[in-house]
Amino acid sequence: MPLLTRVYLKSAFIYLALSLALGLLQALPSPYAPAFLRVFTPVYFHLFLVGWVTQMIFGVIYWLFPIITREQPRGNERLAWATYILLNAGLLLRVVAEPLTSLQMGGAWSGWLLAFSALTQWLAAVLFVIISWPRVKDRFHGKAGKNAAT
Amino acid sequence: MPPLSQWMIRAAFIYLILGFTFGGLLLGHKGVPFHPALWAWLPAHIEFLLMGWIVQLTLGVAFWILPRFWQEPRRPKAGWAVASFVLLNVGIWLVVAGTTGQMGRWWLVAGRVAETTAVVFFARHAWTRLVSREGLA
Repeated sequence: MPLLTRVYLKSAFIYLALSLALGLLQALPSPYAPAFLRVFTPVYFHLFLVGWVTQMIFGVIYWLFPIITREQPRGNERLAWATYILLNAGLLLRVVAEPLTSLQMGGAWSGWLLAFSALTQWLAAVLFVIISWPRVKDRFHGKAGKNAAT
Repeated sequence: MPPLSQWMIRAAFIYLILGFTFGGLLLGHKGVPFHPALWAWLPAHIEFLLMGWIVQLTLGVAFWILPRFWQEPRRPKAGWAVASFVLLNVGIWLVVAGTTGQMGRWWLVAGRVAETTAVVFFARHAWTRLVSREGLA
């Protein structure tokens, strides 16, 4: 399992735990759960669906999809790491900026931070598709192509 | 990876970009409001990512990696899976037309019927492949 996949999967488990913990806090009855936790509902969903589900998928695809060449089996490794960094930076920025924006506590900068987090997550998705698209193919048959393997 | 899986996974990638684009615009708008009509895109954002990305990717990978038969056809009853692919994608766009497109409730209903049928058809294909190495169901 490549290092990037291990990092993706470990991060995904952390996000799963965080999202479930947040869901638990939100489920507490009113004397125990502060009212402001209600604004965390979109954060809860996205910690689960982006942090856990999508990140798990990205990591497993990077690991298991057919390789491109022996020399560069999973394509451009720097772009793959950039995808991971952009996705996680964007998601963590969202976790901070979205509640601040909803509670009107962060001023204008929290709004711009939220917009920036949207941009970084979008870039991560685009980069992921760019690096994964060539790997949606029949299995690797060696340099000389399919006939060499048969 | 068989051609049908390639089609499904590539379609899932396209929905991933569509879903993140709509979601990114919605999130950006939440931070720096620029067009209130964007909120109508929320159902499309959800549909593209849940059905177009996650469900379609799962079915595409399942068609590829579920146990195959020793004899041809190694993935029997593949026609059900092909029909599933078509129905799922038609269903997604019908749902988006009925929600974000505001074409009416029956478009949404038709979309959900298509999506449900797609999943049943795929299960019909996959059922015989859910076996042990010795062929035990």
